[in-house]
Amino acid sequence: MVGITSYGAYIPRYRINRNTIYSAMGWLNPATLMPGEKAVANCDEDNISMAVAASLDCLNGLEREKIEGLYLATTTSPYRERQAAGIVATALDLRPEIRTADFTDSIKAGTTALLAACDAIKGGSAKRVIACAADSRLGKAGSAQEEIYGDGAAALLLGDSGVIATLEGSYSVSYDFTDHWRGEEDKFDRTWEDRWIRDVGYTKFIPEAISGLLKKYELSIKDFAKVVYPALYVREHAAIGKGLGADPGQIQQQMLATVGDSGVASPLMMLVAALEDAKPGDKILLASYGNGSDAMFFQVTQEIDKVRDRRGIKGHLALKRELTSYEKYAAFRGTIPIEKGIRGDEIAFTQLSNLWRERRVVLALYGSKCKRCGTPQYPPQRICVRPDCGAIDEMEDYRFSDKKGHLFTYTGDSLAFSTSPPAIYGMIDFEGGGRYNFDLTDCDLDSIKVGMPVEMSFRRKYADPARGIYGYFWKAVPVQA
Amino acid sequence: MAEGIKDKVAIIGMGCTRFGEAWDKSADDLMIESSMECMEDAGLEKKDIDAAWWGCCFPMGGLSGLPLSMLLKLPFIPVTHVENFCATGTEALRAASYAVAAGVYDIALAIGVEKCKDTGYGGLPDFGGMMGGTSRWDMPNATAPGLFAIMATSYFAKYGLSPEEGKRTLAKIAVKSHHNGTLNPKAHMRREITVDEAMNAPIVAWPLGLYDCCGVSDGSAAAIVVRAEDAKKYRPDPVYIKSFNIAISSGEEKMYTDWDYAHVETTVRAAAKAYKEAGITNPRKEISMMETHDCFSITELTEYEDLGISPRGRAKEDVDAGFFNLDGQIPNQPDGGLKCFGHPIGASGLRMIYEMYKQLQGKAGPRQIKNPKIGLTHNMGGFPPMNVIGISILGL
Amino acid sequence: MVGITSYGAYIPWYRLNRNIIYSAMGWLNPATLTPGEKAVANYDEDSITMAVAAAIDCLNGLDRGKIDGLYFATTTSPYRERQNAGIIAAALDLRPDIRTSDFSDSIKAGTGALLSAYDAVKAGSVKSVIVCASDCRLGKPGSAQEEIHGDGAAALLFGDSGVIASLEGAYSLSHDFMDHWRAAEDRFDRSWEDRWIRDVGYNEFTSEAISGLLKKYSLNTKDFAKVVYPCLYTRAHADIGRKLGFERGQLQEHMFATVGNTGAAYPSMMLVAALEDAKPGDKILVASYGNGADAVFFQVTQEIEKARERRGIKKHLASKKDLASYERFIASREVLTIETGGRGEEMAATSASTLWRHRRAIEALVGSRCKRCGTRQYPPQRICVKPDCGAIDEMEAYRFSDKQGHIIGYTGDSLAFSINPPQMYAMVDFEGGGRSWFDLSDCDLDSLKVGMPVEMSFRRKYHDAARGVYGYFWKAMPIRA
Repeated sequence: MVGITSYGAYIPRYRINRNTIYSAMGWLNPATLMPGEKAVANCDEDNISMAVAASLDCLNGLEREKIEGLYLATTTSPYRERQAAGIVATALDLRPEIRTADFTDSIKAGTTALLAACDAIKGGSAKRVIACAADSRLGKAGSAQEEIYGDGAAALLLGDSGVIATLEGSYSVSYDFTDHWRGEEDKFDRTWEDRWIRDVGYTKFIPEAISGLLKKYELSIKDFAKVVYPALYVREHAAIGKGLGADPGQIQQQMLATVGDSGVASPLMMLVAALEDAKPGDKILLASYGNGSDAMFFQVTQEIDKVRDRRGIKGHLALKRELTSYEKYAAFRGTIPIEKGIRGDEIAFTQLSNLWRERRVVLALYGSKCKRCGTPQYPPQRICVRPDCGAIDEMEDYRFSDKKGHLFTYTGDSLAFSTSPPAIYGMIDFEGGGRYNFDLTDCDLDSIKVGMPVEMSFRRKYADPARGIYGYFWKAVPVQA
Repeated sequence: MAEGIKDKVAIIGMGCTRFGEAWDKSADDLMIESSMECMEDAGLEKKDIDAAWWGCCFPMGGLSGLPLSMLLKLPFIPVTHVENFCATGTEALRAASYAVAAGVYDIALAIGVEKCKDTGYGGLPDFGGMMGGTSRWDMPNATAPGLFAIMATSYFAKYGLSPEEGKRTLAKIAVKSHHNGTLNPKAHMRREITVDEAMNAPIVAWPLGLYDCCGVSDGSAAAIVVRAEDAKKYRPDPVYIKSFNIAISSGEEKMYTDWDYAHVETTVRAAAKAYKEAGITNPRKEISMMETHDCFSITELTEYEDLGISPRGRAKEDVDAGFFNLDGQIPNQPDGGLKCFGHPIGASGLRMIYEMYKQLQGKAGPRQIKNPKIGLTHNMGGFPPMNVIGISILGL
Repeated sequence: MVGITSYGAYIPWYRLNRNIIYSAMGWLNPATLTPGEKAVANYDEDSITMAVAAAIDCLNGLDRGKIDGLYFATTTSPYRERQNAGIIAAALDLRPDIRTSDFSDSIKAGTGALLSAYDAVKAGSVKSVIVCASDCRLGKPGSAQEEIHGDGAAALLFGDSGVIASLEGAYSLSHDFMDHWRAAEDRFDRSWEDRWIRDVGYNEFTSEAISGLLKKYSLNTKDFAKVVYPCLYTRAHADIGRKLGFERGQLQEHMFATVGNTGAAYPSMMLVAALEDAKPGDKILVASYGNGADAVFFQVTQEIEKARERRGIKKHLASKKDLASYERFIASREVLTIETGGRGEEMAATSASTLWRHRRAIEALVGSRCKRCGTRQYPPQRICVKPDCGAIDEMEAYRFSDKQGHIIGYTGDSLAFSINPPQMYAMVDFEGGGRSWFDLSDCDLDSLKVGMPVEMSFRRKYHDAARGVYGYFWKAMPIRA
């Protein structure tokens, strides 16, 4: 029995009301107005940081040393050479003797990565593999894409024991359908006419994949508690389900008006949402869309009740703060070239040999714990920091990334450059010991208090576009759930 | 039972601008010039025109009749835009002729124009967008010279001509046309060339060199037609249309493997119908003079055979003998042809007819052929595997 | 038993002697001189077209209708959205109900895709899947990368019957080692210091992966007929093998001086070369390198004798043409901004709906065959082109891409704009019937003759940089091997 053993998701805290976008840019094309709001990655988030967050949610309480592979699906990686899955695996502090791969170039890649992960387990190559999907897609200012694209991520742990939803079968179709495309040097998608995309692609491929699946396994749509597929157009999303013979109640709610179209992550995020409400015995059908479609179905087991403590979709949907400024949104996404000042333009170059040597410290937030006095310390020390200890080379590894802490002190610095000023940072005291200074993010100066509980979040620390380098580190975030 | 067009329609006036690089003239300027000369020649004014057809392959003002009507201020009469690639000029006159022959109108104007020299580069404007829905994928990165050059390589191979022998034959054709061009004040190119110059000229598309390719020119030509029975009201020497025939590719040449890419099948078919309509049984003996579509020298070479004048595969012998020179048996391109008069696409078919018209009226000056009886024009649009041929036969 | 059932490869026709590069650019950095020559894609080739060529070699004589999936590994995909594997699948005229995926962002992606393909067959998700790996990497003028990077592709068909080399085991390492990197919109790699890359990455990871594999399966270096791993540095390549205990004769020739470092395709291309000489019973070890390493080993079976009529590496190596010009090389890679003239700048928009509707005709070169008279015709017709037939709607699909033909007339056009002038094209008559006009590529004007036999090759037809579109079609070329 192979299938999902755990799940997680991540939705950025920031939401922007589509009216805010429309008020700013609707003058260009009044037809772009869409209802609801969408999730917006903070200026220090990207597909990699979101994949880490979703994976952390998924791996909550589980042993990371047992993970044998990590597959990451994305169409918006900041790197074309430097495997994103490798960065995520390092941040998650997985063993190095694992398989990693990036699945890219199509918004159906999330389901393909999921299927490949299940193959690895079914074929005996691995016992536990994470399949995660994350996207942070850009639309040009004033475009329908800008309104519709939302940011998010999902992560599924696949394995062969403690399975909460078994993968029962799959059926795929592949079409070189250029409804939208992006050349290798382009920042933005281009699309063909929506009517064509809708009539010839979206409303055809998903039903074709689902029908193929039903036929292959001799099933009826009625067998399914939930039918999950991404929404590109609201009306057609409902029509697809109806056309297949599903009741409205069977169709997994789409999140266009709360999160947006999150590319590769959409189908998997919706799957997580479905799992959150699933009961033992439920069959769940999942189909993606993009250059064809992958369809597959799961059977929920008794074990589902053991995995209810994830933030998943519900938890993250509730955690939100509104981004009320379109211009700030555009600055976050890098579509407005803002004045950084001389201080902001200072970007030291990255010593990659240093990064490699310190990778566990930087990317996995590893410190050390003195074996003699038990004091955790960050960064890792060879000489114990505790005044009356001072032991030399009596340290063991100690991971801080999954430790909670509280804010010891802080400031909001208006002199330091920040895309979202003021730059807030402070000292964090960790539960169990250890203290260090970190940037704070996803919070306002007004809402911060000394003593407030925080958790650590993997974020983009800096961007050096001239050298093509994006650097990552951990920041503290107030605990809200 | 359809009777054909023979002797039903007469040309009573024609005009033609100088062809060349008219940097200071737009298509509008050229059309005014040719239509004014035409109406003066016919002794008419624009209020006398009942209907007009105008041909232009790349009309800046769009594909309707408006660019002509609004330019000439034609008084709310029917105006239609026509196009058939480089056979456009013939198409315009054909439409006008059928209209008067059918008795729907009395006096019809046909005018062709092209402004080629606003592209900013040599050669014809890029026709990629005109070639159909999937052509940006399934059409080679081709130019007009290239698609005709292929005919040269296959012709040479089929009839055992070495590249040198083949190019020499083509060179003689170009030399002949250049000589004629020097006698024509309206021609674009008016310079004698030698066979050696032609053979050693820079290659445009192998094996065709610079002098194997016609000029890219701006220009316009116009004609006015009436029914034959009315012709003498306007002038004592009208020119009568003996035949108009068009043949268009069926798809066989391009997609079926019988055609040898060493001749133009549509010319053969159109000529057969044209000769029948005009009552010609031995073209080699009965045709006095011709203007054939010499966009490229190889095209002209194959035309000699496709029009049934030279035996298949042996046109070289006639070329070597000077059969088609101005002082030869059947002078071809007496005005310099596309090669030297120039090739403003929409105008060329009418320009060919203009020369035959002047020759039949004895007004060709230093180019005058002695006592011409029958003139043939052959106008080709497209490329050897897919094209349209328009043939007209004119006489007194 | 699951493993390789067929193989193929592709090396571009053009080679560039490294001295030519050095003569042009060595003044910038004399230390870049590298011996030998490298394979250079023509201006109308890229990672997609090379993958198609390798796959056609691999699938020679096989029923394409049986392929259930296509995985494509590259770090140089022309599209970041529009699945490149989908374009390849369309060109190969595979069924639509298959699984396709792009694996990217790391030069170890080739082995990653290979392992996922194995998993898919082993897990029973598919019965056969083809894995293509291809790269066309750019180095900045005057860089060591420019000297080293070569272009090429390999294709491996995986299945569970008729296996010529079964996949016996694997061991993977994932290290977020940033030896070289390329940000999303960058054209060129950047890299860290070679000594560091060599000492900390290349030597370490390759050795660690191979040792890990040997240990996991209780094997010895002596057990292997050939060990395959890419060459980043020639001396280090030899050292790695020696230190692990391999004899020189066991090291698969690395083609560094004949093809170059072909990125994601490299290990697979070397594996194909090894298979060309392999004997039943041979064990072959393959290790990739890049953000860690994958090590895999195969056991060659009796069936190996049946797969010999491939062009693979040997025949492609032997069929070559010296490009002899540095400027032609960088022009073909769009690194040099050349004068295209006004004609070259004419670029119509690409109609995605037209491409979709005619996709089989355009991408797979599928025409039609009249059922009444048997005449083959391209493009596909509804009304038969044969003069005395003219049957309407009595057609069946007929594929031309795998048919040979001969030239009935040709030219070398110096008026048309071409990056590699003159532009050659011809009218081609196909064996078995059918005719159409095609551009010619990989040939010289002097060598063309009426009557010469040609074969079809999938090429980049145009690049619309302003709209971020790469268009593909088939060109004719002299029979390559």
